[in-house]
Amino acid sequence: MSQTVEVKPPPARDERIARRSPVARLLTRPEVGALLGAIVIYIVFFVVAPPFREPSSLSSVLYVSSTYGIPAVAVALLMIGGEFDLSAGVAVTSSALVASMFSYQFTANMWVGVVVSLVVALAIGFINGYLVVKTGIPSFLVTLGTFFMLRGLNLALTKQITGNVGTNDVSNIQGFASAQKVFASTFNIGGVSIRITLLWWILFVIIATWVLLRTHFGNWIFAVGGSAPSSRAVGVPVNKVKIGLFMAVGFMAWFTGMHILFAFNTVQSGIGIGNEFIYIVAAVVGGCLLTGGYGSVIGAAIGAFIFGMANQGIVYAGWNPDWFYFFLGALLLGAILLNNLVRKRAEAMR
Amino acid sequence: MTVSVEEPTTAAPLVRLTDAGKNYGNILALQGVTLEVSGGEVTCVLGDNGAGKSTLIKIIAGLHQHSEGTYEVEGQPVRFTSPREALNHGIATVYQDLAVVPLMPVWRNFFLGNEVRKGPRMDIAFMRGTTKKELLDMGIDLRDVDQPIGTLSGGERQCVAISRAVYFGAKVLILDEPTAALGVKQSGVVLKYILQARERGLGVVFITHNPHHAYPVGDRFLLLKRGRVLGYYRKNEVTRDELTGLMAGGTELEELSHELEATGGAAAAAAHVLEEEVHELGIGHGAPGAQ
Ligand SMILES: Nc1ncnc2c1ncn2[C@@H]1O[C@H](COP(=O)(O)OP(=O)(O)O)[C@@H](O)[C@H]1O
Ligand SMILES: [Mg+2]
Repeated sequence: MSQTVEVKPPPARDERIARRSPVARLLTRPEVGALLGAIVIYIVFFVVAPPFREPSSLSSVLYVSSTYGIPAVAVALLMIGGEFDLSAGVAVTSSALVASMFSYQFTANMWVGVVVSLVVALAIGFINGYLVVKTGIPSFLVTLGTFFMLRGLNLALTKQITGNVGTNDVSNIQGFASAQKVFASTFNIGGVSIRITLLWWILFVIIATWVLLRTHFGNWIFAVGGSAPSSRAVGVPVNKVKIGLFMAVGFMAWFTGMHILFAFNTVQSGIGIGNEFIYIVAAVVGGCLLTGGYGSVIGAAIGAFIFGMANQGIVYAGWNPDWFYFFLGALLLGAILLNNLVRKRAEAMR
Repeated sequence: MTVSVEEPTTAAPLVRLTDAGKNYGNILALQGVTLEVSGGEVTCVLGDNGAGKSTLIKIIAGLHQHSEGTYEVEGQPVRFTSPREALNHGIATVYQDLAVVPLMPVWRNFFLGNEVRKGPRMDIAFMRGTTKKELLDMGIDLRDVDQPIGTLSGGERQCVAISRAVYFGAKVLILDEPTAALGVKQSGVVLKYILQARERGLGVVFITHNPHHAYPVGDRFLLLKRGRVLGYYRKNEVTRDELTGLMAGGTELEELSHELEATGGAAAAAAHVLEEEVHELGIGHGAPGAQ
């Protein structure tokens, strides 16, 4: 898994540091719990489910992981910044619906619909963020509200405009082919077909990790999540950072929506509900603290990979898929407990 | 980037309040306060809870505006609308609770809001090194500037916040009850840094409700009570009894003096004053009335 490669800070020059073992240092990373969990789950499925060992299976696990992992990149940043977004799952659907219906109804080039959809998705993020910072109401409640509103809008507007619960097929619209190349193409590496979302996912994880650890904006994300009043006191533009993070979630929701649209040509207006929790689960399993100020994008990527493995592995193992959500819940609890333990040990070692 | 403040001999004081007052609606939180802060001087603001100490420093720090009187910085009348504006005039505030983000590494906290950039990214090596060096200059030898600042002791955290303000060019340092939540030993450490900031030529406004902490380090004392000025003294104008009248007992005072003495330099001189005081007041350990 290439996204576990991490940028290590250069060691400080102090002879007392040397006494801290590399293991101790590694254990202070937020994503350690998730990494251990991923290895264990991989081994379990590798042993119990022979089809899981096929390269094509890994490819489809990674594909499923990427469709959840892409929004989880921004959801993790938002959680580190101290906020939630429960509307992210249905915002994915809204984005796909807007692009599809805009281009179809106005017989516009597909790319026009794609851009209009981006503007709408960023606006949803902005409204979420603006309401949270201006009212001071917890983002859990604000985005619960926008979640229901978007869910209603998705169904109502789609039915109003198309007369149907889904959108019309857009594959004949000009620009569809090129947009499909960008958002939903497949290519072969050594006989294994790889979905392009995997590459986008890796790219987003690298960019987000770089921003988080290497730029002043990343410093501000940790700070506003760790203590908004302290950040404000030293001049960090707390409201702008938070609104920006909600808009980043909007962006990733848009991107995922575009993938769904160009992978399936039509969009069902009722999909996406519940996915917001999967993004949050991925972030939490990956070591993000619910209270903000701590976490990692690489961790969230590992979290999404665990989700993808479980999702597909159960099928390969021939288990009853009804157990999937039970398994997911148990995994979440286990991850939270493990992360807690790891963090406490890390603190004690310092 | 560290500023060297020249001794302002004839120049206007860094901060001057004249008859300043503040009301929150119909609550008169502060009335008729006159105060001067010069470089190389520690002004202690003393008073019980609700006396108006926080209100006073919020005016100086730019969080609130005064509703009466005048506020001048280096002779220029000002009316700050944000802490940023005050900061740009060299007035930095270290709040007791608002000083740092506990989960973040020390160096990230040190440069928070003032990150040094190298193109689009931060110059992390420079920031790490500078944090370590600046803290060393203040006498804090941290094993690892990557440790979360929350793992430092309360006193060390205050000191990081103080050296951060000094590094970013503060001329006036406002400390809101930096010792309130600390034990005697940790308080001694913070008092040492207050003296160090003074020696560097900064004007320090030290808020406390504890005269034991104020007397050894202060050059001027402003006593507030229920929003009014109870007294404003230079060190040579105030009798110890007047300040120590508010004291609870001598045991803590003695311990404090030992702490200061151990650190040497100006701190030891302060410790000497403290000891004399304990002796003269007859409130030392085991003395009648010691409580
Ligand atoms: N934002 C505010 N609104 C109304 N009253 C306030 C406010 N802040 C402080 N006060 C009142 O002003 C008085 C002085 O408070 P404060 O400056 O916080 O005192 P201190 O810091 O000395 O304990 C108190 O009576 C307090 O209740
Ligand atoms: Mg106060």
